[in-house]
Amino acid sequence: MSGPHADKAKTDLPVLMPGAARLRRGAGKARREGGMRVELELWHGLVLLVTLAVALGVAEASQHATESPWAVLLRWMPFILWGQEGQWQGFALNIIISFCAMALGTVTGAALGLMQISLLAPVRTGSWLLTQFFRNSPWLVLLFTIMLLLPFEIRIGDTIVPIPDWVKAVIGFSLPVMANISEVVRGAVISLPSGQWESAESLAFTRAQTMWMIILPQCFKRMIPPWMNWYSILAMATPLCSIMGVEESVTLTQQAMSSEGGRPELLAPFYIFLLVIFFVYIYPIARWTVRLERKYTVMI
Amino acid sequence: MTWDDSQPMVSIKDVYKSFGKLQVLKGVSFDVMKREVICVIGPSGSGKSTLIRCVNALNTIDSGSITVEGQEVHDPKLDKLELRKKVGMVFQQYNLFPHKTALQNVMMAPIHVLKEDKKKVEERAYELMKKVRLEGKEHNYPGELSGGQQQRVAIARSLAMRPDVMLFDEVTAALDPETVKEVLNTIQELADDGMTCMLVTHEMGFARELADHIYFTDRGIIVEHGPPDTFFKEAKDPRTKEFLSQIL
Repeated sequence: MSGPHADKAKTDLPVLMPGAARLRRGAGKARREGGMRVELELWHGLVLLVTLAVALGVAEASQHATESPWAVLLRWMPFILWGQEGQWQGFALNIIISFCAMALGTVTGAALGLMQISLLAPVRTGSWLLTQFFRNSPWLVLLFTIMLLLPFEIRIGDTIVPIPDWVKAVIGFSLPVMANISEVVRGAVISLPSGQWESAESLAFTRAQTMWMIILPQCFKRMIPPWMNWYSILAMATPLCSIMGVEESVTLTQQAMSSEGGRPELLAPFYIFLLVIFFVYIYPIARWTVRLERKYTVMI
Repeated sequence: MTWDDSQPMVSIKDVYKSFGKLQVLKGVSFDVMKREVICVIGPSGSGKSTLIRCVNALNTIDSGSITVEGQEVHDPKLDKLELRKKVGMVFQQYNLFPHKTALQNVMMAPIHVLKEDKKKVEERAYELMKKVRLEGKEHNYPGELSGGQQQRVAIARSLAMRPDVMLFDEVTAALDPETVKEVLNTIQELADDGMTCMLVTHEMGFARELADHIYFTDRGIIVEHGPPDTFFKEAKDPRTKEFLSQIL
C-alpha cells in the first residue's frame, strides 16, 4: 500500500461527498411535498386586477347591450361568491369542499403514512402501493370514478340517506390528498436523524413509545408547511368538480353568463374575476406556509 | 446460571461482525469486571464503535458471544428492553430529544419505561442535573445548551435509568475543545463513584489517567492491551507504536 488514500476508490464504506447531505435533504423535501409548490407573490394579484380591468374595458368597448359589464359583474358577484340566498353554493362551496376533503384526507393519510413505516412487511407494502396509486393518478379521473361509482342515495333500514354531489366530490378529492399526506408523514418520520431512534432504543423505550413520544412530536412541526401547501393545491383543484355539475363557483359563473345571454365579451371578465377570488383566498395561506417553513428550517 | 460480582460484568468472546462484504470485527474477546473502566482506542474504521454498540444490541453480531451480567445479549429470545435498562449509552451526537427540556429528557425514560412515580423521578432528575453540574439549566431546551452541556444532559439521562454499565461512544469527538474537559470531568466522577464504564475515545491523556485497562483495536482485532502504564510505555506491536506516535 503506497499511502492512506491509495485504495480510496475501492472502498466499500459509504462515502459522503461534501454537499451530499444538502442534496439529500433537498431531495427528501421535494419528495415530502410531492414536487409542486404554490408560490404566490403580491404582484401576481396586482397583475390579475389589471387584467380584470383591461378585460372589463374591452367588454365595455364591444358593448351591444345597455348595461355596462362592470354593473353586470357586480350584480352577479354575490351569486358567484355564495350562490342563492340561504344556500351554500358558489365559492363558499369550494371552501367547504376543500375543508372537508382536507379533513378526511388528513385523517386517512396520517393513518396510511404510519402504516408505511410499520414493521410488518405486508402492511408496509400494501400502504405503499395504495399511496403510490392515488398519488400518481389524475385527480379528475379519481373524481369521475368516485362520483359515478357512488350511488346518489343509500338505504339504511327504512331511512334513505341521500348523498349529494358535493359530498361525493369531497370523497373524490380526499383520495389524492390522503396519498400525498401519507407521503408527508412518511417523509417527515424518515427525515429525523437516526440518532433519535437509537437513543430512544438505548433508553429501553418500546417502538410504539418512541413513535408517539419522541418521533411524531418532532415531526409535527415539519409536517405543517407541506400540509398547508397541499391544502392550497386542493383548494385550487376544487373547481374540477364543476364538470360533474356541483354548484360551486365555476358552475355558478357559467350559469350567470348564460342568463346574461351567453355574451362572449363577458367570458374574460367573469373568469378573471374567479381567478382573483382564488388568489385572495390562497395568497395568505401560501405566504404563511413559506413563513412557517423558514421558521422551522431555522429551528432544525 | 446465576451471575455474581466475581464474574465479568461484560464478557466479549470471539465476536465476528461484518457489514456486507466488509469485516468489521474479526474475533474480539475481552472481559470487563464490575467497577472497571476500560477504554477502546484505535484508528477510525477499526471497529471500536461497532463493538461497543453490540454490547447493548444496537448492532447484531454474526458469531461469538457477548454477555452482560451473565445474560447472552445476542440470544434472539432476549428481552432487549431488559438489557437496555442495565446498559446505559451516550453517543457522539448527544441525541437529546430536542422537543423536551433538559429535565424532561432526564425524566422521560424512568417515568415511561420504568413506570416510576413522577415526583420521585423529578427529585432524582434534579439531583442528576446537579451531579453533572447543570444546576439552573433544567428548563432549557437542548438547542439552548452548548455541546458540552448537552452531552452532560445525555449522561444524566442515561444515569436516570440506574444502569449497571455505561457505554460512551466517542462522546467528546463532536465537542469544542474547551467543553471537552467538562464532559470528561463528569465521566471521571462517575468512574470514581464505581460505575462500570466502557469508553471508545480519542482522548489519550484521559484514557491514561482514568482507564484500568486499554484495548487497542485495528482492522477488527485487538492488537494490544494492558493497563495504561505498561500500554503507553511498553507498546510492542508496530501498529500500536505508529498510532501512539501519531496521536501523542
